[in-house]
Amino acid sequence: MQTTAPAVTALIEEFAKLPGVGPKTAQRLTFFLLRSPADQSRRLADALVRMKEQVTTCTTCFNITETDPCPICASPQRDHGVICVVEEPLDVLAIEKTESFRGAYHVLNGALSPMEGIGPKDLRISELIARVQGGEVREVILATNPNYEGDYTAAYIAPLLKPQGVTLTRLARGLPLGGDLEYADEGTLSRALEGRRAFEG
Amino acid sequence: MPTPHIYKTEGLVIRHTNYGEADRILTVMTPQYGKIRFIAKGSRKITSKLASAVDLLTRGQFVLATGRELDVVTQGVVLERFDHLRDSLWHATAGYTVAEALGRSLEDREQHDDIYALARDTLRRLDADAEAWLADPVPQNQAGPTARGWATMRSFELVLLDMLGYRPAFHRCVVCEAALQPVENNGFNAELGGAICPTCSRYGIRPLPLLTLKVLRLVQSTEWHALPVMRLDARTRDDVEAILQGIFALNLERSLKSWGLLGT
Repeated sequence: MQTTAPAVTALIEEFAKLPGVGPKTAQRLTFFLLRSPADQSRRLADALVRMKEQVTTCTTCFNITETDPCPICASPQRDHGVICVVEEPLDVLAIEKTESFRGAYHVLNGALSPMEGIGPKDLRISELIARVQGGEVREVILATNPNYEGDYTAAYIAPLLKPQGVTLTRLARGLPLGGDLEYADEGTLSRALEGRRAFEG
Repeated sequence: MPTPHIYKTEGLVIRHTNYGEADRILTVMTPQYGKIRFIAKGSRKITSKLASAVDLLTRGQFVLATGRELDVVTQGVVLERFDHLRDSLWHATAGYTVAEALGRSLEDREQHDDIYALARDTLRRLDADAEAWLADPVPQNQAGPTARGWATMRSFELVLLDMLGYRPAFHRCVVCEAALQPVENNGFNAELGGAICPTCSRYGIRPLPLLTLKVLRLVQSTEWHALPVMRLDARTRDDVEAILQGIFALNLERSLKSWGLLGT
């Protein structure tokens, strides 16, 4: 005999399929929604449906968007001669938050990982090369993550773009703002020393 | 070996997987505890002090606290980062192959300080080779591995097979046990464990040309630092690689993915 209402069990099962959500958290989320006003659940359901129905991928930069091309690719205010290559759409959000970059993006959809079987064909690398071959691009910033996979992906892409005559750059590595030098790790500190700049103060 | 509540070990990160908001689950090869898995909380954050010590193919010193499911790393410092390896695509792929071969061939908590030393020394050699390659602009125009880098990887594979107990036989026929003659028409069968003489050729799965046999014998019987620089044609290199890959695929029950992606 089923003791819990089938609608509740169904929602618990759906929540439990989400990454990082175990059965207990799934139960807590379900009972939170059960006790909250119906309007809140409706807004959540609407947001989920809208996300699935309206969000697509920009066919130029492969960022997630509701319009194709995405607002960044369509904007005449952006410098389309500079492309910032990132691993994930979340990286675009992080860079946009800085308000320091006025160029365009290219989302690779991950990083090369030979051990996991993620090869060049699984990423948007050929699309990046085609985009650069279009001729408008002057600079490509390889903003993949500063770790082994990110460096590996950048090392794979760089020789493919070099023949196109574009300037290739990599994000600088160094110290985070507001920290104490004594707590910096050796790798970051040595890269920060290598990349030091003339002080004009 | 029973592990205390807080313990310290050096280790080589051979795999890392993102977990939760900003954590990573690491697989680390250590000299004392063999292959262990632990969690590095918050290590994906830019400000994390652990981040550089828990990056892939970094050798670090770690302090770990025993956890209920996974041990937790509380401190980590970098001992070696093999920086040049990352700047050369071929060498970086070779690094992946070392990590994957260790990950797939060892059971958790099985102590192998000899295999740990082999992996560490192989990465050092690859790193030095990558440094020399990056410093010289002429070889950079050539695609593929350097002669020294290629020999380093084949030496790693043969020594690892030996340490795992899968040493292939290249001096005697694995069927009739007769001494193998230096002729062109020997054969090879990974399942039978090595080379096959022309008389037993019906057991051979693939041909074993004389030069391929000589290279395999030389690499198997020579310490890496005494290995001569071998300038081999692509066919012989492919042949040697295919034979070693066949032995790994048979014993690990699947091929190493890193090999196939870009070719090591």
